[in-house]
Amino acid sequence: MTKQQANWSPYDNNGGTCVAIAGANYCVIAADTRMSTGYSILTRDYSKICKLADKSVMASSGFQADVRALQKVLAARHLIYQHQHNKQMSCPAMAQLLSNTLYYKRFFPYYAFNVLGGLDNEGKGCVFTYDAVGSYERVGYSSQGSGSTLIMPFLDNQLKSPSPLLLPAKDAVTPLSEPEAIDLVKTCFASATERDIYTGDKLEIVVLNAAGIRSEYMELRKD
Amino acid sequence: MKFDTSGLESHGQLVGASDGLFNGFPTAPSFEIPNTTDFDCFQKEAIQMVKPAKGTTTLAFIFKEGVMVAADSRASMGGYISSQSVKKIIEINPYMLGTMAGGAADCQFWHRNLGIKCRLHELANKRRISVTGASKLLANILYNYRGMGLSVGTMIAGWDETGPGLYYVDSEGGRLKGMRFSVGSGSPYAYGVLDNGYRYDMSVGEAAELARRSIYHATFRDGASGGVASVYYVGPDGWKKLSGDDVAELHYNYYPVQPSVVEQVMVET
Repeated sequence: MTKQQANWSPYDNNGGTCVAIAGANYCVIAADTRMSTGYSILTRDYSKICKLADKSVMASSGFQADVRALQKVLAARHLIYQHQHNKQMSCPAMAQLLSNTLYYKRFFPYYAFNVLGGLDNEGKGCVFTYDAVGSYERVGYSSQGSGSTLIMPFLDNQLKSPSPLLLPAKDAVTPLSEPEAIDLVKTCFASATERDIYTGDKLEIVVLNAAGIRSEYMELRKD
Repeated sequence: MKFDTSGLESHGQLVGASDGLFNGFPTAPSFEIPNTTDFDCFQKEAIQMVKPAKGTTTLAFIFKEGVMVAADSRASMGGYISSQSVKKIIEINPYMLGTMAGGAADCQFWHRNLGIKCRLHELANKRRISVTGASKLLANILYNYRGMGLSVGTMIAGWDETGPGLYYVDSEGGRLKGMRFSVGSGSPYAYGVLDNGYRYDMSVGEAAELARRSIYHATFRDGASGGVASVYYVGPDGWKKLSGDDVAELHYNYYPVQPSVVEQVMVET
C-alpha cells in the first residue's frame, strides 16, 4: 500500500524580481510588473510594490496571493499602531513587524520573498532583506525573486560596501547619487529581463527621499 | 467607518507568552497548522520551499578569563550564498550571547523571544537570570516543537553569579553544559584547530587569536562558511566585541604571498 502523495499544492510561484538600494538620503525600490504562472503570463501590469507607511515601502516576489494577504495584515497592524501611538511606524520598526508576521506562519509559510526599503529615523536610506520565514538583515542593497541570482552579483560588483560586521568599523554608505542609483536599477532589470523568462514587461521604480515618495516607470522587453 | 481588519484573523498564541509568568510548563505549541490529509508530506514540501539557511561555523569556549565566542557570517540557500554579512552572534542582553546555526529565522526569532523572557525574569525576580536558567528556558521551548522541523543549533554563553557559563542547546531538545563547543558544517575543522591550541590559562588576547584562527580555518575548508569572522569576549562586566575580520584578509595575514624566484624564461626562436 503506497503512501498517497498530495495532488494539490496551496502554493504557486508568480515569478518576478524586486530590487532595493539604500543611499545616504534616499532609497530606491523597484520591481517588474509581470505576473506569471508556469509558462503563461497572467498579466503584464501587476504592481508588486506596496507602500506600508510614509517611510516604508515593501516589494515582494513569489506567490502573489500570499503577498496580498501579507500586505493586508501589515496595513491593519500599521493602522492600529497609528491609533495607539499617534504617529507613523518607522522603517526599522516595520522591518521587525514584518519579520514577526512572517515567523508566525512558520509551519505554513507565506510564499513571499520580500525586500523592505525606506528611510530610518535619521533620514538615511535603509534596506531590509528577508527570507520566506522572517529572518532579516539590514543591508545597503538587495534583490529577491526569480532574477535575483542574476542581479545580486552585478550589484555586489558595483556597490559592494564593507561588511557592517567589520571591526574597526568601515563606513558603508553607498556612494551613488540618486540619479545614478536609479540608472543602475534600470540597467539591472534590462539585463535580468534578457536572461530570466519570468522578468519583463514593465519596471516600476519607487523613490523615497526627504521630499516624499515618487514613482517612475520604464518599459522592458515583453517576450 | 469600520476599518478593515480582515487581514487579521487570530494567530495562535505563542508558547507560554502573555498570561502570567512561568505558570508551570509552557503550553503546547499552537501555531497555525494546515488542514491536510498528510501533514508529513505537506511539511516536507513547505520545508523544501523555505529551505532554511544552513551551513555555518560557530564556536565558544570557557577559559580562565571568561568565555570566548566566535562565528563566521555566511548564509547559504542550497548552493547560493544569500548573504555574507549575517549576524550569527546574537546579543540577548548585555551579559549573555547566543550563537546562530541552522535556520536563520528560527534562531533569530527564538533568541529574541529568549531575550524577552530573560528581561521578564529580571523584572519579576529583581535579579539577572543565570546562564543555566536562560538555556533551560530555550531548551524547553524547543523541546515542545520537537519533530516539527525547527532547525536550531545554538550556544548560550554568559557570565552570571557563578562565573562564566556555556551551554549548547538544539532543536532536537538537547542541552549540554560544557567548556568547548563548535556548531555547524565547519565545526570539524574548527574543532581541529581549537582542541589543539586550547589551554585553560590563556590570556584574553591569546584566546581571541585561537578563536579567530579556528573560524578562519573552517571557512578555508568549508564552502558553506565564510564572510567575516567575528570574535566576542564575555567577562564579568558583560560582553565586548573584540574583532571582525574579513576571512580573505586573514588568509593573506597568516600566509603572505611569497615572491617566487623567477627562473630563466625559455625564449622562442
